[in-house]
Amino acid sequence: MFENLSGRLKEALGNITGKGRLTEANIKDTLRQVRLALLEADVALPVAKAFIERVRERAVGEQVAASLTPGQALIKIIHGELIALLGGDAVELDLKARPPVVILLAGLQGAGKTTTAAKLARRLQEKNKKRVMLVSVDVHRPAAILQLEKLAAEIGALHCASSADEEPVRIVERALAEVRQSHADVLIVDTAGRLHVDEDMMDEVVAVHGAARPHETLFVVDAMAGQDAVNAAREFDERLPLTGMVLTKADGDAKGGVALSVREVTGKPIRYLGVGEKTEALEVFHPDRMASRILGMGDVLSLVEEIEGKVDRDKADKLARKLRKGRSFDLADLRDQLEQMLSMGGLAAMLDKLPLPGGVNASALKSDAGEKQIRRQIGIINSMTPGERRHPKTINGSRKRRIAEGAGLPVQDVNRLLKQHLTMEKMMKKMSRGGMKKLLRGLPPGGVPPGLG
Amino acid sequence: MCRCRWILALPDDRKQSGQSPRAGFLSRLRAKLNAKAGWLGQDLRDFVPGGRIDEDTLEELEARLVMADVGVSATSRIIAALEKRLVRRELGDVDALRAGLRQTLLDILEPVERPLVPDSSQGPFVVLMVGVNGAGKTTTIGKLARRFLSEGRTVMLAAGDTFRAAAVEQLQAWGERNRVPVIAQQPGADPAAVIFDAYEAARARGIDVLLADTAGRLQNQQGLMDELTKIKRVLARKEPTAPQEIMLVLDAGLGQNALSQAEKFNDALGVTGITVTKLDGSAKGGILLAIADRLAIPVRFIGIGEAAEDMQTFCATEYVDALLDGRTANREGAHS
Ligand SMILES: Nc1nc2c(ncn2[C@@H]2O[C@H](COP(=O)(O)OP(=O)(O)OP(=O)(O)O)[C@@H](O)[C@H]2O)c(=O)[nH]1
Ligand SMILES: Nc1nc2c(ncn2[C@@H]2O[C@H](COP(=O)(O)OP(=O)(O)OP(=O)(O)O)[C@@H](O)[C@H]2O)c(=O)[nH]1
Ligand SMILES: [Mg+2]
Ligand SMILES: [Mg+2]
Repeated sequence: MFENLSGRLKEALGNITGKGRLTEANIKDTLRQVRLALLEADVALPVAKAFIERVRERAVGEQVAASLTPGQALIKIIHGELIALLGGDAVELDLKARPPVVILLAGLQGAGKTTTAAKLARRLQEKNKKRVMLVSVDVHRPAAILQLEKLAAEIGALHCASSADEEPVRIVERALAEVRQSHADVLIVDTAGRLHVDEDMMDEVVAVHGAARPHETLFVVDAMAGQDAVNAAREFDERLPLTGMVLTKADGDAKGGVALSVREVTGKPIRYLGVGEKTEALEVFHPDRMASRILGMGDVLSLVEEIEGKVDRDKADKLARKLRKGRSFDLADLRDQLEQMLSMGGLAAMLDKLPLPGGVNASALKSDAGEKQIRRQIGIINSMTPGERRHPKTINGSRKRRIAEGAGLPVQDVNRLLKQHLTMEKMMKKMSRGGMKKLLRGLPPGGVPPGLG
Repeated sequence: MCRCRWILALPDDRKQSGQSPRAGFLSRLRAKLNAKAGWLGQDLRDFVPGGRIDEDTLEELEARLVMADVGVSATSRIIAALEKRLVRRELGDVDALRAGLRQTLLDILEPVERPLVPDSSQGPFVVLMVGVNGAGKTTTIGKLARRFLSEGRTVMLAAGDTFRAAAVEQLQAWGERNRVPVIAQQPGADPAAVIFDAYEAARARGIDVLLADTAGRLQNQQGLMDELTKIKRVLARKEPTAPQEIMLVLDAGLGQNALSQAEKFNDALGVTGITVTKLDGSAKGGILLAIADRLAIPVRFIGIGEAAEDMQTFCATEYVDALLDGRTANREGAHS
């Protein structure tokens, strides 16, 4: 399903026509696909609708940067809005309060609270050098307390014993006394799973929260959760309130759209990602990675990023300065450009990522533009002398034969490379600045420069 | 307009959980399914001003289905079927629309309403519980044990989750509650060996039903999926028909990933039955429609609570009616 959507999305992107500006008309299709992608990723419908509205408002009338196609520009806006919604930068736990710092975990049944309690404890012990005590107030589920006790022993954390016939609030009071006595820095309180519609159980967790007076109250939510998770998150936030969230089971193949939903309704940051069952499987939450995952279009995005960012800025700037001074684009410059192509996985890899216009035979292009070709061309340039690279016009017949022999290729290949260089030199002259990205956009539509083949 | 606000601005009305435990199943399920956000039925009138039904109505209905986790593609198929009726002018008013929707949903779910009837004539009937982490496998075993005991069968449990902390003790607690034997080994033991031993023990003791727990696993973890096929293989070597039931446990709160779970567990093992848990929340488990539509795996039970008796045999009409007609008195006009 999702492969399809991501494919449809690429197609819709390729279909955005009209250069220069994003308009209501040229983004309509893509936004529809994005909306479907969000819903298939389990973003709650009202959240998806509101999100698309925001993107539309931001996009319409937007001037497209010269380096991007309108489709790429739209994806950048969508991606940016997603990241903004997901919370910008990662927010770590607030541990600066006077010890003992109390952290309370709450959420639906089976979300991963107990496991997360142990993971957090381990992280705080190892990364923050804190002494951590764990306590369970789950007097409902069979062997829930024992589960936490075993995990505490495994990671070498302190454990405050409790039993199923105790009142949860009493357990908390006891644990607070114990944690002070043992001079531990942090107390993590694991609660029983509960449904947000279960009034008695919600009252119970409110009472536990009241007694524990936690500095951090984290809502633990399953990355595979569906549309209803917003209702649960809202209810927990209203009753407790929450200070953050942990998204568990993110090691699965769910798109995790629930992250967007719960973040939108609570406004609280997602702190961590659970990525496995073991106690070390906890990661800081990265909004940008999540954004790509939800949309399922990492490919398209990474291309935008690569074109914009990964191109070697220094070399590009140097080349631009050189060209501005009226000096010509020589064969050493061409070699730099080719090497950059290689570092981006070659044209073939780029073609995979580009939304190609219909009718273009991608596989035919690929065979011509492969990495091997680029490496050969670099080989040819490498067997030239520095002087020849700087002054290609000096390369006569005998020099060509010598170069071809050095590179182990027929002379025709050398000729083709020189012709290609000539074409590019002309192209470069037209541009006052910019490196690879301008060069790429200067390629004849649907093809590669002569000589690359 | 307020379409978007419908769910975001949902008013609070959780005052209805105090249902009598003696209330009939249907009303109980209805109350539970509608405990918070009313679903389709009770809202139909709200978005059909003047009772006329048109494309907008269907679009709104589409939104409601998506919000119940039915998923985009299953929803489009359901709406397409309804549209055909609309074009034929069969759906003149709200009641006709409701009847049309009810029938469309029943057409999908009735074929998968196939209760589990253990046959112990070839030795112990083995139920192998599988599913992702935290779905409710172990708890469902406790409920199944209660159910089968009440039917006069003898039951044994096998502690096949040798990985998660205190998973064995959790199952043993259910064994004690139901007073049935639990076969377990030390943590880290080979689950296939544990379950095989349990099978031998069950056979020796003439047990009717063996309920085998397994550790939760995500369907994209190939190594862990292989572990399950190994259990199946080892059992089949002893008794070719075992395990007779491979039961996939799905959490009603899951979104679209549940479909991928059903597909991948089915590909690996050949799932013979599904139990949907946690339907006592406000999640509707709509992905069940997509799974039934796509895979047609029988749905056996639904879980509606954490206690041993909080499980019911799946019944398509009751499920659909609970979704469609579950208007509870105090929901009337609760939002606008
Ligand atoms: N794959 C994976 N499994 C996880 C993750 N976090 C928790 N689990 C598993 O999910 C299941 C439930 O985890 P628990 O920690 O027991 O969940 P809980 O919220 O405490 O459950 P209750 O107390 O019963 O409500 C267990 O099998 C865990 O091993 C995760 O990030 N990835
Ligand atoms: N409300 C409600 N909770 C349920 C239901 N079924 C199970 N649970 C709860 O869900 C949580 C997880 O249940 P388990 O039976 O431990 O799930 P599991 O699939 O065995 O989990 P792992 O073995 O860790 O993968 C527990 O807190 C159960 O009490 C149900 O039908 N309704
Ligand atoms: Mg727990
Ligand atoms: Mg279990």
